[in-house]
Amino acid sequence: MPSTLVIGGGPAGLAAAWAAAQVGDQVTLLDDNPALGGQIWRGGVPAAHQRFLDPSITVRTGVQIHSANQIPAADRLILATGTRERFLPFPGWTLPHILGAGGLQAMVKSGLPIAGKRVVITGTGPLLLAVGAYLRKRGAMVVLIAEQAPFSRIAQFTRELWREPAKLFQAAQLGWGLRYRADAWPIRADAGSITIQGHGKIPCDYVACGFGLVVNTELPALLGCAIDAGQVVTDSKQRTTIPHIYWAGAGSVDRSILEGQIAGFDLERARPLYPARDRALRFDRRIDQAFRLRSELSNLAAPDTIVCRCEDVPFGAVWQQRDWRSAKLQTRCGMGPCQGRICGPALEHLCGWPASSVRPPIFPTRLENLLDERR
Amino acid sequence: MIRITINGRSLEVAAGTTVAAAVMTIQPGFRRSVSGELRGPLCGMGICMECRVTLNGHRHERSCQTLCTPGMEVVTDA
Repeated sequence: MPSTLVIGGGPAGLAAAWAAAQVGDQVTLLDDNPALGGQIWRGGVPAAHQRFLDPSITVRTGVQIHSANQIPAADRLILATGTRERFLPFPGWTLPHILGAGGLQAMVKSGLPIAGKRVVITGTGPLLLAVGAYLRKRGAMVVLIAEQAPFSRIAQFTRELWREPAKLFQAAQLGWGLRYRADAWPIRADAGSITIQGHGKIPCDYVACGFGLVVNTELPALLGCAIDAGQVVTDSKQRTTIPHIYWAGAGSVDRSILEGQIAGFDLERARPLYPARDRALRFDRRIDQAFRLRSELSNLAAPDTIVCRCEDVPFGAVWQQRDWRSAKLQTRCGMGPCQGRICGPALEHLCGWPASSVRPPIFPTRLENLLDERR
Repeated sequence: MIRITINGRSLEVAAGTTVAAAVMTIQPGFRRSVSGELRGPLCGMGICMECRVTLNGHRHERSCQTLCTPGMEVVTDA
């Protein structure tokens, strides 16, 4: 029986594991989180997708992959490591009441009580609206959703949504009654408040802040898969440039599920899904376009604003460096425990530096774990 | 419910609560940065490493990726 290993148990990984099991593979699914579902289904896979939890799949959660030797052998490897949020540094962004937009949502899904708390949501993208709707449902006072994109772009995007009535309905349902403002972005944070462009200083308990999503390309890059403009390069069957390695996910849930199924199925069952996947991909590209970052956001960080939170490197020490490598060598920017996962995407926007090469271990790990691998 | 201790203080949390969520209910800060700033979780998904705590004597554990278990001893750096 051919074997398939799936890494990442979000919508794409779950769909991939299920599809691979359907075509008769022996499937193992690994995930770094304490439970399956990824970020979007943290706290439970919805009833409509419960079928993905096929009992024939061997599931191992809480598994962190830090190097290639640690990946169990399989005939086929499907990577579905998902995305993380992009953060842009602004004065005060390292204060403990500032979290990611998805970050605060994940914390609430993981048991953080939010009822009665004043929350300001800011950054960009449809995620802000989804997070606002979720936090409000859990009793938070969502004071403001401040979206950086210009009103004109959002208006045009919303008009285009008429072609996708289901999505328009979903957006209207999420946004109903929420104070959502375009052309608004964070200027600075102080203890217990956030100052938003055009809206002044707003007292709050938490700020949920995210500037779009960045693909977790570390593992595919480590395995030699080609990466282009922050995306894993794939063909129509979701094959990467390395034989037997597939990639799925990192967009909307709809697209992630389709890509997962295409990666997991055989060619015959995958092919009919191509048009739906391509349509979902086009929709995601329209979102990226509508919510692209405005140039003013490049000027938020002051010289003393910390860019690298692990090593406390201020923007002033980094911006005159030649490239990412020189910033690392001269300032230790990106050399701490997160290995540039947070400051890398920020500096990509602020300085135009592409991500640098990846080397194992891709996550900090104990020495005994590395020694175990050699035995 | 699950009983854990955070910096010696006893706390009861619902099953399925992560250590990060439990710590956040009682204090904002998790660690001190290399220059002494108070820090708490940012990403909530195991990427940023800002939520590191000592769990049952193991240092530098990511509290957002760990579920509370009965009797767990959590020590923060801040």
